[in-house]
Amino acid sequence: MPNCDKVTALVSASLDHSLPLHKRLAVRLHFLICVWCQRYLTQVRFLREAVREHPERLESAESPSSTALSPGARERIGQALRDDRR
Amino acid sequence: MAGNLSDPQTWLEQHGDYLYRCAMLRVRDATVAEEMVQETFLAALQAKDRFAGQSSERSWLVGIMKHKVVDHFRKSVREQPVSDVELMNDEFTGLFDKDGHWKIETTGPKEWMDPSSALDKAQFWQVLRRCLDGLPPRTSRVFALREIDDMPSEEICAAMKLTKSNLWVMLHRARTHLRSCLEQNYQGLTT
Repeated sequence: MPNCDKVTALVSASLDHSLPLHKRLAVRLHFLICVWCQRYLTQVRFLREAVREHPERLESAESPSSTALSPGARERIGQALRDDRR
Repeated sequence: MAGNLSDPQTWLEQHGDYLYRCAMLRVRDATVAEEMVQETFLAALQAKDRFAGQSSERSWLVGIMKHKVVDHFRKSVREQPVSDVELMNDEFTGLFDKDGHWKIETTGPKEWMDPSSALDKAQFWQVLRRCLDGLPPRTSRVFALREIDDMPSEEICAAMKLTKSNLWVMLHRARTHLRSCLEQNYQGLTT
């Protein structure tokens, strides 16, 4: 029987490609005795749906590393746009 | 004629910062992100007569940017081994005990009460964005392509010059890190 370490890797893999039957069964069996790995599946699936359905929320969220274009970049991009339109 | 587009002179003002954040989310490098913003605007100028008006101006620009980002990866990414650092082994070995089971009191996933109610909260997205920033750059790039942009694994492997098994390992690490980072830093999920 695979342990939680292996099962979470299988669960994650199942989001990217279909698993062979024996692995799917091993995951199912493990779920019968492990609520944590079940939660892992529900939660990583929830995260995928959240970011796919609301990419604009993540895109517009500020983070310390990316708030706004720097003044220098803004200047360069503005110039490139003006040059291009000429 | 481009019926619903605004004057391109206003694009930088209206969409510049948004597109920059949008690019940073996907490329994780300020210089490259600035380049992507510029290339997106220039490509949009070229294509503006073909704007069909079925989407908003902003999502049209974001669509162009996503293509530019993948082009950039195709051209710039070189084949290189995925390092241990990239795979975050330390964080991982801490999750499970010596038999490979969750350390139930500390690392075992807790029950999330009403996760969909978090989707309306700005703070949830800020925490998630910070958690993404905590991933090694390559790992968060493949996460964005796969989970946000829904790109098939085969195309990601080709663009990022990764083997499938490396891609799957990176995605698994990314999901696991984000799940636990959110649980720890966004209180609204477990209370």
